[in-house]
Parts: sequence; structure tokens; C-alpha cells
Amino acid sequence: MESTQSFRFFNRGPSPMVRLVFFAVLSMLLLFVDARYRYLESTRSALSIMVSPIQRVAAWPGFLWKQLGDFYITQSRQHNLIKENEELNRQHQFDAAQLQQLQALQAENQQLRNLVDLPLRTEISTQMVEVSYAERDVFRRRLLVNKGENANIRIGQVVMDDVGIVGQVTRVYPWLSEVTLITEKDHAVPIQVLRNGLRAIVFGSGDTSHLSLRYMPVSVDVQTDDILVTSGIDGIYPPGIPVAKVTKVERDPAYPFASVTCLPVAGVNNHRHLLVLSGIPGLPERPTEKPEQDNVDKRAKTKRKN
Amino acid sequence: MQYTAINARSEIQRPVSNTFILMSVLAALLMNGLPWEGVWLMLRPDFVAAVLLYWCMHKPWRLGIGLSWAVGIFADVADASLFGQHALAYSVLAFGGVVLNHRLQMFDLRQQTTHVFGIMVLAYSVYAMVHWLVNGYVVWLYFLGSLTSTLLWPPLCILFQAMRQKPVERE
Repeated sequence: MESTQSFRFFNRGPSPMVRLVFFAVLSMLLLFVDARYRYLESTRSALSIMVSPIQRVAAWPGFLWKQLGDFYITQSRQHNLIKENEELNRQHQFDAAQLQQLQALQAENQQLRNLVDLPLRTEISTQMVEVSYAERDVFRRRLLVNKGENANIRIGQVVMDDVGIVGQVTRVYPWLSEVTLITEKDHAVPIQVLRNGLRAIVFGSGDTSHLSLRYMPVSVDVQTDDILVTSGIDGIYPPGIPVAKVTKVERDPAYPFASVTCLPVAGVNNHRHLLVLSGIPGLPERPTEKPEQDNVDKRAKTKRKN
Repeated sequence: MQYTAINARSEIQRPVSNTFILMSVLAALLMNGLPWEGVWLMLRPDFVAAVLLYWCMHKPWRLGIGLSWAVGIFADVADASLFGQHALAYSVLAFGGVVLNHRLQMFDLRQQTTHVFGIMVLAYSVYAMVHWLVNGYVVWLYFLGSLTSTLLWPPLCILFQAMRQKPVERE
């Protein structure tokens, strides 16, 4: 390589090595800034406008494939469709009956809450979004959906399907937004066990479609088939929406914690249409701790470490 | 034997237009953006990497390290991955192509492919490194993609050579 460099007749700028080092340092700088500080979101959304036509075109084959499947279904399985329609009708009637009960209960609840002077639970409004595509990284559980800033979507909004929580909006572009699924590694959802009201936090385990309850003592009252619903005490997730079902509880006295495995209730990897919730009532601001107490806490912590 | 025939013909190739290079890179971005899922996503060859490497090897002064880096930034945005991850991988890849271009042009397709495998593994190890730095663990399955990307190389080479050949034959 050195001999070719000495024979250079034309000036073609810096050598490949210099260029590589320059661009490598530049990329590492970007990596560092993006991973640590997230300053580059506006640049990213500006560039995403330039990339989005390609992405739209790339989404076409999948869309066509689905259309073809739908066409095939309507052509060949009409009796199946009729049956399905009947079933849906029945389900609808059943739901309508339950809904009427719910309305009566809501009215009653409102009256009771008025009586005891509690703040009302506000209505939560929803927005329908369509999944544009899943993220390319195999080891991350993220989706991109077709509404962004243009539809007033905000970071932190909760995404669900017809049965339960699917994930949370983590990044908003002008026309797209990114949803992190609850199965993403270390993604946390505060929950309550429906049966006994036990509060806990459920974490995504990343590589599979499972969730896990961590830091539960061995003697904890959790059984298989327990339903976990959102507790609503974080101010992000509205209360009472199903999240997961416990599939396995292992209590090994050799470990301080029981290992509880759950399966998400919602079809986290299934649907094409999802709902984004908005208008969740904010919680009163968290009282700031007094500095003295903070110091005491710190001292206690360092003591524990020692 | 038929591999060498391709290389022998490459001497009478037409100059490549910028539109052709641009279209090929756009097409590669498109292929990368198709709705791959699950196992297929893991096995998906990196079309952009293969195309960039092709141009870096054949026209190093037209599409070099800088442009590869820029394409990498777009790939980062398209994948919603960390800024600079693809950019870094593609600059390493382009460097490999640019530095080895004289040597690789003398090789036949089979020898080229073995070299390309090395460069691809290097580029994929950049992804693995970034993943390791950010998340704290290395995912060895990432490297499956470098294998499939290498398998993509011979058909891509033959296709591009044929596309560059066509106008000459017509005259």
C-alpha cells in the first residue's frame, strides 16, 4: 500500500486510513451522544422525512400480500365468514349487555365519588394506529406505527390492543412513532395482581415473548393463572387494564426471590391495528424530599454497602 | 472456470453513471426495509453493505468512505437504531473495499468472496461491539447475517456486471 502512495500523480485528498479514522471518530461521537444524551432527536426526525418514502414503498409487498390473503379468504371461505359473523354478532350482544351494566356502574361510581369528594376518573380517549413495520433489530421489541406528531402523539403514551397493554410510545417522528413493546428487555410495567391486589412490577425478558415478576419473596401469594392488571400508580398506565397472566411460579428456597413467569394477555406480536391511549389523568406532583433526609438516606445506603 | 470469464469481460465495461450507483443504493435500502420478521430478519443479508462494498471495490473514487458513512446515517434513521452504528460499520466496510480494491480486482469471484466474508465479519463485529457497549452483552447470532451477506456477493456481482455490460453489447 505504501508503494502505491508514493506513486500518486493526482491529488485525491487524504488517504483511506485518514478518512476511516475521521469517520470512525465521527460515528463514535454520534453513538456516544445518541446513547447518553439523546440530543439528536430533531436531526433524526428531519432525516426520517427523507427516508420515509423508501419505507413506504418497502411496506407495499407486505400490504399486497395481506390484501391477497383477504381476497382469498373472501372467495373461498364464505361459509366460514358467515359463521364468524354470527359469532361476532352474538359477542356484540353479550358485550352490549355488559356495557349497559358498566354504564349503570359508572353512574353509580360517579355519584359515590361525588359523595366522598374524590377526584373523578376521567374518560380515556383512544386513537387507532396502524403498524407500519417492526424494527429491524432482532433483539429489540419495537414497532413503528403510522401516526406521529401530526396526530398529536406524545412520548410515554400507552399502546394497547382490544384485550390488554401492548407497549408504550418511546419516540415520536413527524409521521411515525416508535412503540416499545412490554416484552422488550427491562421494560417495566407497574401492576397489581387482580385476585388479591398485590402491587408489583412486571419486566420484559427481551429474547422471548415472556414477562417476569422480579424481586418477589419466596412466600409471595401469586399463583398460576393469576391475572395481572395495571395498577395506575405510576401516572403513565391507566389503572385496571390487563397486562399478563402468570404461567409458572417457581419457589426455590435456595434463592431469596421466587421466579414468576408470565405471558402477555395482549397479542403483542400479532395485530396490525393498535390503540394509543391519551388523556390519562396526571398525578399530583411528587413531593420533593428535604435535603437533610436525603443525606441520612445516603448515609444509610453507604453503611449498608459497607 | 466460468468465474474467470466474467472478470475477463470487465475490461470493456462502460463508465458507470452516477444515477446507476444511486439507484442501486436506493434499491438496497429498499430491500433492507422490506418487512422481514423473526428468523428471516436474523438471516437477512445486508443488501446495503453488499452494494456499498461492490462500488467501493470497483469505483473507489466515486463512492468512498465518506459517502458510505452518509448512507450509513440514513440506514440508522431507517432502522431506528443508534446514530452512527451503521455509519461506523459501513465506513469500516468501505475502508476494506477501498484498500483491497487493486488486489480484489485481480481475483476471480470465488477468491473475492472469501475476502468479502472477512470484510463482512469485520462490519458485523462493529454492530456486535456497539450492542455490547450499550447493552452489556454480545449477541453471537448477529454474525449469521455476515454469512448470508457473503452468500449474496456472487449473485450481486454477476448481476451488476451484466447490467453494466448491456449497453456495450447493444452498440
